[in-house]
Amino acid sequence: MGVGVGVTRVPLRGLLLALVLVSPAVLSGILPEDRADVLYHSYNGGGVEVTGPSYLVRKGDNKNFSASANYYTDSISGASIDVLTQGSAYSEQRTQLTGGIDYLHADTTMTVGYSNSDESDYKSNTYNFSIGQTLFGGLTTVTLGYAYGDDDVFSNVDPGFKRAAEHRNYHVSLTQVLTKDLLLSLNYDAITDEGYLQNPYRRVRVQNDSLDPSAGWNFNTPEIYPDTRTSNAFSANFMYYLPYRAVIKAGYRYYTDDWDIKSHNAEIGYIHPLWNRWIVEFNYRYYQQTEADFYSDLFQFANQQNFMGRDKELSKFNDNTLGVTLSYDVFEHGWGYVDKATLNFTYSRIWFDYDNYTDARQANPSAYNFNADIFQMFASIWY
Amino acid sequence: MKLAGILFSTLLFLLGGCSSVEPWVKPYERAHLADPIMSFGRDPVADSYISHIYQVREGARGAEGGHGGGCGCN
Repeated sequence: MGVGVGVTRVPLRGLLLALVLVSPAVLSGILPEDRADVLYHSYNGGGVEVTGPSYLVRKGDNKNFSASANYYTDSISGASIDVLTQGSAYSEQRTQLTGGIDYLHADTTMTVGYSNSDESDYKSNTYNFSIGQTLFGGLTTVTLGYAYGDDDVFSNVDPGFKRAAEHRNYHVSLTQVLTKDLLLSLNYDAITDEGYLQNPYRRVRVQNDSLDPSAGWNFNTPEIYPDTRTSNAFSANFMYYLPYRAVIKAGYRYYTDDWDIKSHNAEIGYIHPLWNRWIVEFNYRYYQQTEADFYSDLFQFANQQNFMGRDKELSKFNDNTLGVTLSYDVFEHGWGYVDKATLNFTYSRIWFDYDNYTDARQANPSAYNFNADIFQMFASIWY
Repeated sequence: MKLAGILFSTLLFLLGGCSSVEPWVKPYERAHLADPIMSFGRDPVADSYISHIYQVREGARGAEGGHGGGCGCN
């Protein structure tokens, strides 16, 4: 196993994942359904393969409490463009454990959760709390959430290296029944990060001669990121029930942060039941972002700026996703203790196109792009 | 953070005035909303995985949205 430039170093991932997973599907005055899921996932793109399982179990007392637990792993192997230009191929594993308890009292649901993510050079603990209140005869649900993440960053090439980062996520959402066929969900997240927010391995590309670009370049200078980041994200999502039992869904998100990244993404989906026991779903998503103010594909000289980054996730780029999901209802009327069981298959393809991140493997680098194929196979049972 | 404060105050105001509003979609009109295909988070494990895919490869994060519901179907 070699050591390469980590491609999955994203602080905060635990924070957001915990909020998504542990947050109950806040229906009016009810707890989430008891269910269990077994999922296998596979991502293959840009020279990197990430696979692994995810298991979720949720069980309640049918009155006031519901508890959930999730075990998730990523097995990462391959060589991304960063690795090919700066390091060596590598493999590693990340494991994440998430647990939560929901408490329902009248029309109020409270959730507490904890998540731990562990890999050889990144460990994080995340704690979250949310409270949801249903109003107006069950037509409106308001949820307030807070999550705190505490991370430790290590280096596989420097045993003495250890840095810390903290993350705070303030969440507000409103789900509204607009008509008997139309649902709206509004979401707002304010996120603050503080500490070591960069990748300990990645380096910027710098000209060998600051006045002569034709003299080539080197990757000898480490990235330097700011040690704080504040971001705001707002989204609106709709679901509309069509007259013949099918659903159209649409969503839009706007994002901005003080690193000067601004992004828009929009998605649309269509869900259609077939022959009583099948459901097919099609999705399309478009994403675009501007670059961070300290990003550059090629710096003229080392120490050119206080902060310097060449992470492609900080560059100006866009991506397009097409996806399809097939679900099959195994038992038409349940089986023993099992109320319902489904088998599901999802395939998505993402096309990434970078405007100002170039492929430095080439003598005259051109804009980089790659495609990713994503498979999910999972079984779900309700009991 | 100022925006978060304004939103929080607005929500508190809404919470205070909720008792006098008559539901405009009656319980017997909520069959479509109660259909499982109308759920924002039908498959939580699959949804969180896809969110993770985007968080790792894009600069934006947060407001992935769409979890939770409010159909008042029960």
